[in-house]
Amino acid sequence: MKYLDEYRDAGLTHKLLADLQKTISRPSKTPDRGWTLMEICGGQTHSIIKSGLDQLLPPEITLVHGPGCPVCVTPLELVDKAIALASRPDVIFTSYGDMLRVPGSTRDLFAVKAAGGDVRIVYSPLDALEIARKNPDRTIVFFAIGFETTAPANAMSVLQAKAQGIPNFAVLVSHVTVPAAITALMESPDVQVDGFLAAGHVCTVMGYWEYEPLAEKYKIPIVVTGFEPVDILHGILDCVHALEDGKPQVRNAYARLVSREGNKPAQAVIKQVFEMTDRAWRGIGIIPASGYRLRDEYAAFDAEKRFPEVQTIETHESPLCISGLVLQGRKKPSECPAFGKECTPQTPLGATMVSSEGACAAYYRYGRYGK
Amino acid sequence: MCLGIPAKVIELYENNGMQMGKVDFGGVIKETCMVYVPEVKVGDYTLIHVGFALNIIDEQEAMETLELLRQIEAIEDEIPGVSETPGI
Repeated sequence: MKYLDEYRDAGLTHKLLADLQKTISRPSKTPDRGWTLMEICGGQTHSIIKSGLDQLLPPEITLVHGPGCPVCVTPLELVDKAIALASRPDVIFTSYGDMLRVPGSTRDLFAVKAAGGDVRIVYSPLDALEIARKNPDRTIVFFAIGFETTAPANAMSVLQAKAQGIPNFAVLVSHVTVPAAITALMESPDVQVDGFLAAGHVCTVMGYWEYEPLAEKYKIPIVVTGFEPVDILHGILDCVHALEDGKPQVRNAYARLVSREGNKPAQAVIKQVFEMTDRAWRGIGIIPASGYRLRDEYAAFDAEKRFPEVQTIETHESPLCISGLVLQGRKKPSECPAFGKECTPQTPLGATMVSSEGACAAYYRYGRYGK
Repeated sequence: MCLGIPAKVIELYENNGMQMGKVDFGGVIKETCMVYVPEVKVGDYTLIHVGFALNIIDEQEAMETLELLRQIEAIEDEIPGVSETPGI
């Protein structure tokens, strides 16, 4: 497939690894402790672990895994709200597939489905809208989670519900944004990161101008990076060059899909439907101005407003799960005492073991059990 | 979630007032919303995410990037002793 095979090419991957080795072997440029880089996006984490890049990189480069897994950071309270809504007989609950196995306080959405709840996996929010069109006597709730990549699609489903007159469609919104997460990580004294690989598809939508003040403020390189092995090595190389040349700026290693300004029509629709709000991130806590909520003019499509009885929910997190530390790059999944024992993809204690973007799931699936 | 996959646009049409299209993921054909890429043409490669095209892949940039990355490799090969891939 064009635009995939070239970026998975083993020959070019090995050549870039050799170039990276040569770059950090230059005298007196690389500090003895090496460089610690964080890939923001869980999709990149999976690509790195799947391709074995983590085991091929020079020992001076340490990759830590970031919070860019929307399923993982969706707060427990909203998962519990989703479960409460999905349990109602008057509701058809629709979601991206990854959310169904995420543990709530007492059960997950699959358990609701097994108990007779009408829970349906959709590929796109437009599929949920179609279900709403065909079931006018029931309320179709779509679990609108995600980062900026997913926001244009989720926002368009609300716009279309309004435009096409589909009043029985509602969204349970849990949207988060990357720049606020970078700020929170940089402000945390426990997080030691020398550079960031920014999430390429978030930047496809948003561009990278938002990262320029962050790179300047924290004197840290932020490199827009894609998802295939060649793309990731390109991002790492640019990041190491920025560090060793003393130029901690924003760089773009994903130019075939990302411009500085991003996708303007998509940004306009996000802005039309959503406004910034504080958001709780599962395992991390509340980050100010770190997500989106529906604007008041779309309140009719807000599932939390339509079903106010789901507002008060008491949550219970597993005391064993350290996913919050994993999501901040402070612990590797294999350092968790429950990893692979009490916690597996079949019986996950935290969302990081569930999602196709969760670091724990990647470590489990590709056999990174630690020493 | 942020998984985006390249796909070739094979058909464009309108549905419910929205620009829609069919895209080919190397043999799998899916319907896709094209509202965010108004300039899209049949034959373009787009990045698809949850049923929406988020951008058109810039062929010129793609070629230049690969060329640049391969040039690094060409320079490496000219320097004795670094052309082998260490440790692999």
